[in-house]
Amino acid sequence: MTPGQLQPESFQAYPPQARQLATRHLPLLRKLPVGFLPLLLREVIAYDYKFPVERKELDQQFTYLESMTAEQLQVIMRPFAQLHIAPEVEHLDWVSKPADFSEQLSAHLWATHQIDGFRAAAVVYVGKMNASRPENAVPAHRLGIVVIGQGASGKDYPLFRKLRPHGVHYKAVAPSNGYATVLQAVTARAAKFPTPFAHWKIDGGAAEPSAGLTSVSYDSLKRVRILLQAKIQKGYESGTGSEALRTALARTRPEDVGMNGSGDAAVLNYFQLSLLTEGSGTQIFSTTFVQWAAREVWRRAQPITLLAHFTPRQQQDSSQELLSEARRKPVLDPEGSLIDADMGAYYTWINQQRLTGAPDARFLAWFEDHGEALAIAPGLRRGAVSTDPVPLEKLLKELV
Amino acid sequence: MGNSGAVTSSRDLAQSIAWNRRNFLQLAIGAASAAPYALGQSKLMNPPANRKAVVVTFGGGARDDETFMPDGQENIPHLLNELLPRATFYSQVVNHGILGHYVATASLATGVYETFNNFADVSPENPTVFEYFRKDLKRPVTDAWVIAPSNGFTRIGESSHRAYGKGLGSGVILPKRLLAAALKADDGNKYEHLLRDNYESPLNAPELAGNGEQLHQIAELLKLSVTDFSAHAQSLASPDELSVYLARQLMHRLAPSLVWITLHDIDIAHSGAFSLYLEGIRRSDRLCAEIWRAIESEPEYAGRTTLYILPDFGRDSDAEAGGNGFQHHRTGDALSRTTWMIAMGPGIRENVVIDRPVDSMDLVPTIGARLGFSTRFAQGKALTELV
Repeated sequence: MTPGQLQPESFQAYPPQARQLATRHLPLLRKLPVGFLPLLLREVIAYDYKFPVERKELDQQFTYLESMTAEQLQVIMRPFAQLHIAPEVEHLDWVSKPADFSEQLSAHLWATHQIDGFRAAAVVYVGKMNASRPENAVPAHRLGIVVIGQGASGKDYPLFRKLRPHGVHYKAVAPSNGYATVLQAVTARAAKFPTPFAHWKIDGGAAEPSAGLTSVSYDSLKRVRILLQAKIQKGYESGTGSEALRTALARTRPEDVGMNGSGDAAVLNYFQLSLLTEGSGTQIFSTTFVQWAAREVWRRAQPITLLAHFTPRQQQDSSQELLSEARRKPVLDPEGSLIDADMGAYYTWINQQRLTGAPDARFLAWFEDHGEALAIAPGLRRGAVSTDPVPLEKLLKELV
Repeated sequence: MGNSGAVTSSRDLAQSIAWNRRNFLQLAIGAASAAPYALGQSKLMNPPANRKAVVVTFGGGARDDETFMPDGQENIPHLLNELLPRATFYSQVVNHGILGHYVATASLATGVYETFNNFADVSPENPTVFEYFRKDLKRPVTDAWVIAPSNGFTRIGESSHRAYGKGLGSGVILPKRLLAAALKADDGNKYEHLLRDNYESPLNAPELAGNGEQLHQIAELLKLSVTDFSAHAQSLASPDELSVYLARQLMHRLAPSLVWITLHDIDIAHSGAFSLYLEGIRRSDRLCAEIWRAIESEPEYAGRTTLYILPDFGRDSDAEAGGNGFQHHRTGDALSRTTWMIAMGPGIRENVVIDRPVDSMDLVPTIGARLGFSTRFAQGKALTELV
């Protein structure tokens, strides 16, 4: 099929809202090249399970493309139209399975040395599209809080090295009520700006529900992880290649692993499952899970509050052991986890700064139950060190 | 997507990488630039006989941030203090090919950017350096060896090329498979740390079915008892240590002229655990020094062996929104394509940094020029500073 041959029936396999979206923009879709269109359809087919801000951005993308003259559209699509796509790739079912097609296209572009050109064209396209639309206004500055090092001594490890140039390194924080203090501050903020998916709590261990916060925790997904681990082990035993296994995991639906719900619950289920089926290492290490979840929450949900709580991951072991959560109690590695989480805190801040409103954003990284923290905010001096005693509540109050 | 971060051009970043490496090295070890000497006449028009080469590749590069930059230097004390003062260091080795470990290592070994599926069990399409070496110099199979992680590297020693291929390749030792074959059923737990194979993705199948026949052939060649091998393996900390142990046995017993070792511990980075990635770098650093010491202490190698050390490619930059920093090498950004190479041995200038960009594919022609065989189908060019 060529894009010009698309009909409303072509989207029968799409969920209801996605089908409506595709049908509504059919005249535009017919004009787009195969080197671009399936990548857009990959977003369209997931429309029903996207966060509100993602839907808004996708709608804006259609507005942007439809605002162009035929000549303008041709110019911006030219690099994608000029890709040499092998017939065996082009003839795949890119309408009904755009994600599968994207994987194949990516492999093809790497193999034919076209990936750099494609990447450059994509960067230009995204840059122009972003410049064309108004910034999404946020009701308050963004706040990222990362709590690291549970159970670790931190002896001899220089914390926050990468973050220090950007804020104040506090060395005498009084933890008072510890993590509960942090949670209280975040919950209060959520109550002040109540919007769906605007406030998140990600936990490497267990997490009780908190009012106003969207919660994701490693422990709450244990049953799902065990099912996926079994699927991976079965793949090993049957000799399934890793690519086929990856595709099979990507096709897993929430209901396949007992995650049921509708509306916002369905959106959250799809998101949580994607952390385990698309992330690498999230199935075995809680530190990786928290870092990747924080990245994906910033990138996709674009909240105004994010609290990421790292807990110790299991020790390194053989693949078989790491994937056998159902039959063993893992041995934990708190000191290694502190190092993982320290880097995770840095990446969480970087990803926060990629969003709109970055100059006004606030960030706190705290070594749990210890006196060390790092805060970044517009009024705070960069690269400064504070040895003055400061209660955690006070630090939070200044940032929230 | 609402991203508002600053954009750095790939070219700027690549130049910055080279500048940082050069300046750091000059500060750290007082290395000199080789620019005035770079284009001299070949010193090796008629290479001396009995020259040998050992190539060490890191399957899964280590970034500058964790190695040559100030915060990273604590991870590579052996490279900095023992090897670099005796080496020529190429600060910009660019890989223009597919950034998957098997296909990239195969490309390094053929000198041509191979384009097969990284996860496929296939031979390289172009002749490998082992085939050029053996055919041109009429060397037996025991004179060229690859020691590689077990997962997917079984066919790296021999291409499917019509003019070379069958019977002209190297021996390939897959240490983890040997160990798997040596294990008794109840031994598994003692060796789990050596059998782990979860690098490119934790979803990769661990192909560890051992081949008993191959085990005994290798054991016979190396004059190594299976019991000794198993016992020694238990004292080692990682798969790469097992690889280097076998490489040393091979060098001591057979003294092959061309040895290629691929280290892979660093690639645990794909699991997202930064601490394990750092451990992998530190171990690789130590093992590289161990290999050089082995070269210097073995009479068959001392004074006649060139050691090449290079990552197959880099890893994604923290600044690249499409990636996830150190974890992967998926974006194709400048940092993931740009890496370095250390070359040391007879006739190679010491304590020198080469700033100009060179290509990963230049390795095979360089080895060919130094050992005296033609690499007629390779795409790269012999590095002028080394030949």
